[in-house]
Amino acid sequence: MSRESTVNLVLGLILLGAPLVAAALGEPFYVTLATRVAVLALAAVGLNLALGLGGLLSFGHAAFFGLGGYVAGILATHAFNGEPLFAGIPATTSMPLIWATGVIVAGLVALPIGAISLRTSGVYFIMITLAFAQMIYYFAISWPAYGGEDGLSMSVRNAFPGVSTAKPLPYFLICFAVLMAALLLFRFVEGSRLGTALQAARQNGTRLAAVGIAPFNIRLVAFAVSAMITGFAGALYADLNRFVGPSMLSWHMSGELMVLIILGGKGRLFGPVAGAMIFVLLEHVLGGITERWQFFLGLILLGIVLFARGGLLGLLSGKPRHV
Amino acid sequence: MFTALLIEQLLNGLQLGVMLFLMAAGLTLIFGVMGLINLAHGSLYMIGAFACATVAGATGSFWIGLIASLTAAAGVGAIIEVAVIRRLYDRDHLDQVLATFALILILSEGCRWLFGSFPLYLDIPPVLQGAVPLPGGGQYQLYRLAIIGVGIAVAVGLYLLISKTRLGMRIRAGESDREMIGALGVDIGTLYTVVFALGAALAGLAGALVGALQSVQVGMGEPVLILAFVVIVIGGIGSIKGALVGAVIVGVVDTMGRFLLPSLLSLAMPAAQATTIGAALASMLIYVVMALILAFRPSGLFAAQS
Repeated sequence: MSRESTVNLVLGLILLGAPLVAAALGEPFYVTLATRVAVLALAAVGLNLALGLGGLLSFGHAAFFGLGGYVAGILATHAFNGEPLFAGIPATTSMPLIWATGVIVAGLVALPIGAISLRTSGVYFIMITLAFAQMIYYFAISWPAYGGEDGLSMSVRNAFPGVSTAKPLPYFLICFAVLMAALLLFRFVEGSRLGTALQAARQNGTRLAAVGIAPFNIRLVAFAVSAMITGFAGALYADLNRFVGPSMLSWHMSGELMVLIILGGKGRLFGPVAGAMIFVLLEHVLGGITERWQFFLGLILLGIVLFARGGLLGLLSGKPRHV
Repeated sequence: MFTALLIEQLLNGLQLGVMLFLMAAGLTLIFGVMGLINLAHGSLYMIGAFACATVAGATGSFWIGLIASLTAAAGVGAIIEVAVIRRLYDRDHLDQVLATFALILILSEGCRWLFGSFPLYLDIPPVLQGAVPLPGGGQYQLYRLAIIGVGIAVAVGLYLLISKTRLGMRIRAGESDREMIGALGVDIGTLYTVVFALGAALAGLAGALVGALQSVQVGMGEPVLILAFVVIVIGGIGSIKGALVGAVIVGVVDTMGRFLLPSLLSLAMPAAQATTIGAALASMLIYVVMALILAFRPSGLFAAQS
């Protein structure tokens, strides 16, 4: 077992073990905190696919995160009020159905955004993905039907067959299971023909084109899959907070997702998990000490970007697998 | 009456455009010369507004406040360039985005620390209070006209600076070949600091000018920053001319969209519905325009040759 695999295993066990212990000790707050870690990590796993493997610096993944969240919120609200969605299609509070819808919606929105954004590269790509996310953000704010600026509260958490989702621990286990499934998918994509081509496209698009594979299509697929995973996380996040609002779509969220990846280690399997753990811990610990925690978070982040390249996993497990 | 309203909205669009130009010119200059994407540019805008409001409040003079805003923004710009930004020039864009994102957190929270969470207010200077009559009836705020004037003056000034002076020559040389001008004996480090401070001063000026129209508060820079990104993407990153054209397009399209879309839609649907749908569509309009422009010209209208 390589050093990185050992670190990964330890991180996974900590994330699974800590809430089990917390639940046994009767501290549901820490279970919720761990759920937050799992969901943010899942969102970042999605972004890591585009950013880490494909080198696509999307600054607009909050759009997909928020879309997943709004799908969950809108479906639950309609179901709660007993209104059909449109054309008589009934809404639902079943999590698997909501997840599927959220993932599909995120993917469908990602395709046109990706198709336009991927015509450009470098700084243009960063700014265009940012601009598209802002477009959806402003739409959510100015569209009054689903709460506008105030967002949308869900009175109860949606249902998963056979699990009582209202309790913190079962909901954590659902999120943890989804996170593990996403990590497996990431590992699978990384080793697949698609993943190999994607990494080749990051290293040298021209060479990839020369061997007969169009980088554009590969990147578009990766962008869409990445958006779908992040959308899934958005749906889980909405259920975690029983609230969805425009802040999920804001550019701060996109920035935070990038921060998670950098804190943990770009392009590494467990990078987003490590990053989410550090981020939520920092938020919790600093937030407990001072109201000005964002100031110190900024300083720490600046220090990491300037001096500790490779993130936590780079520190713990040495040489990066991806340069 | 409709013509007067139309002219008023056009002028409002122009005023927004000019403001965006002040922001976008700095961003595009910094990207063109140093290859740096600077998210913290909105924070410099905020610093300019806070400096102006504080100093104008203390001295009672808007003009001293304006000078303070330029000095403060340029000063903070120079400090962060030397302390942080300088280490980022040869890093990839991801590191630049994250480091300047961290700077936003630090500067915003620092500002809240110093000035508190309550917004500050800045009065329009007495000379520029009042309104001018518009052709076709109606009145227009003199101060907004003055902002348009300042924007045009800055555009002309920047053009002269870059095409006629020694500093401008060095900036252009830095854009096309930075090793070469270093080899020719120009202190490239100082040049970068000067360019960054110049961009920061323009952002600070924009913040101070707008501070008299809206409240001065933490986070005011971020929406403007993103609009400025849209501007430089439309105009072509690195091109000042592109920034000017892009800024006017974004300013006018955004303002006219908000003004005209609801009334256009009300021809086809009930008024209440038209207002909400119109407002929602208008808020997305500039991004649609940007997507259209990029679909035909992926590197903007006036892409810099490099």
